[in-house]
Amino acid sequence: MANLVNLIITGLATGAIYALVAIGFTLLWQTSQTINFAQGDFVMLPAFFMLPMLHAGVPYWLAILIGVILSMLILGYGYKKLLVDPIRKHGVLPLAIAGMALSIFMQEGVKNYTAEAHVFPALIPNLDFHIFGAVVSAQSIAVVVVALAVVIALQWLLNKTLVGHQMQATAQNSTVARLLGIPVERMVLYTFLINGALVAIASALVSPLIFAKFSTGNIMGMAAFTAAIVGGFNQVRGAIAGGLLLGVVNNIGSAYISAQYRDAIPLLLLILVILFRPQGLMGRAEERTV
Amino acid sequence: MKLSAFAIVASLVVALGLLVGPIFLSDYGRYILSMWIVMSIAAIGLNLTLGYAGQVSLAQGAFMGVGAYVSALMTIHGWPLPVAMLTSALVCLVLGWMLGYPALRVQHHYLAFVTLAFASLAFLIFRNEEWITGGVDGLANIPRPYFLWMATDGSLAFYYYCLGVLGLIALGYYGLVRSPWGRAFLALRENPVRAMSLGIDTRRYILVAFAIGSALGGVAGSLFAPLVQFVEPPAFAVDLSLKLLLMVIVGGSGFYFGPFLGALIAVLLPEWLRFTQGYYLMLYAFFVMLLLVISPSGILGIADKWITDRKTRVASAARAATASAFEETKQ
Repeated sequence: MANLVNLIITGLATGAIYALVAIGFTLLWQTSQTINFAQGDFVMLPAFFMLPMLHAGVPYWLAILIGVILSMLILGYGYKKLLVDPIRKHGVLPLAIAGMALSIFMQEGVKNYTAEAHVFPALIPNLDFHIFGAVVSAQSIAVVVVALAVVIALQWLLNKTLVGHQMQATAQNSTVARLLGIPVERMVLYTFLINGALVAIASALVSPLIFAKFSTGNIMGMAAFTAAIVGGFNQVRGAIAGGLLLGVVNNIGSAYISAQYRDAIPLLLLILVILFRPQGLMGRAEERTV
Repeated sequence: MKLSAFAIVASLVVALGLLVGPIFLSDYGRYILSMWIVMSIAAIGLNLTLGYAGQVSLAQGAFMGVGAYVSALMTIHGWPLPVAMLTSALVCLVLGWMLGYPALRVQHHYLAFVTLAFASLAFLIFRNEEWITGGVDGLANIPRPYFLWMATDGSLAFYYYCLGVLGLIALGYYGLVRSPWGRAFLALRENPVRAMSLGIDTRRYILVAFAIGSALGGVAGSLFAPLVQFVEPPAFAVDLSLKLLLMVIVGGSGFYFGPFLGALIAVLLPEWLRFTQGYYLMLYAFFVMLLLVISPSGILGIADKWITDRKTRVASAARAATASAFEETKQ
């Protein structure tokens, strides 16, 4: 029982990180019908922006902040201008394939730079404390708190500010939004910048748990997409629920069912949800685009 | 007319080159060419599913894996390769048919991820089910096949064996894309709703497209096993599926010769770019992105556009000439 509590809490921590990545995924999809196949590698890369600074003695918070800004510039602005804009007119599929090529490009690039797994400093020192007999790692709690803060800030931005309302309008119906005088293109750009920030934060949160390595993007990308699908692709809260659920299910499954097949659990979850409830557990059914 | 004569001459030259050229190559050169054949077969299958029928699949590498394991296990236990090849094709046909079911419900990126999930699951099974796949140690000592009474242990003999299989498949593929099924695939890709309204059973054709495409993946795998003579799980990890997809896209998805060209580039590029050491995949990925910006229908798409433009120019020049001649006669 005590073990189970710990499993759930660490699962919630990784799940919260998945949720951040999945939110970025769904935001890009909603505003610009962009499926970012390199999203997992977008999480892998910012750690390598931050690591050299950390090794050079830059304070933790400053390194993270610069990493987030770099990520917004390169993985947000650069990605949109250099890859998405020229290809988007060709359709969803070429863009998805370009994302796969980008994923190979980024992985190979980092691999050529360093193929090893690097230790990444954690947000707070790793202390365990006991609540009702259960061991709880403070790091997991910190991850959940940070992720929660980011989600709340994002929700505030989307629901309480003018820019947020304009972004939502763009997401719901870009044609009408344009008619209403909303600068749709700028709103789309904002979502790419937000995605850049989200993946950088996720990178800083996840790297202490799984090390910074060129290949971590594969797992993160699949997890983020699964979270987005399971929750519902057209809902930010769906992505959150999907991410948390996936984190917990993954942890419990690997502990109680099969460690050998732990990677199979999210895949099966993905296949089942797509087969039986393609709009996701919380999503509304979308008309099939033909 | 002139152009088709050019095409015939070009195909004859290529066919002759494929028949005679390898005699002058080293063992390694023949190995690379045989690998090109294997990858071409798998890419042809994917081109049917993706290029013609418009269904994304990131599982072709997994089908190659299934084919390779089936063929390796059977030939190690003394079965002849053609029997193993047909069995691989049949197993993959059934699996591909089943994988087609999600495609009936979802499209595009959803489908890409479902098939990606399938490929990841297949990799886990190859790795974990040691009792049948040998686990991480893989399966070694896979024999080369006999053709009638002749052993194909030598690199040249086995190359011709592969070439023969490719020839048969290329013929079947040519017939298929021109058959009513091939037309139905195209209709499915271009406009599924209209295809349905014209009475095409889209459900069945999606499943057929997946099944045939996957079966060819199985055939490719069943040649891969005796070529490399060793199968292990990392060879069939998800990146093989990705590479096969990129082959189809680079060559030109939906073009008959697309998979041949795409596979050629993918197999030769690492050899040409060997001097760049670890950077060749980066360069390749960069090239793919650039290509997608310029022409999402691949290299043959560029060639096709160029030919069409030229034809249009010639035709409009001819039209202008007749028009001015007509004006002159009027005066």
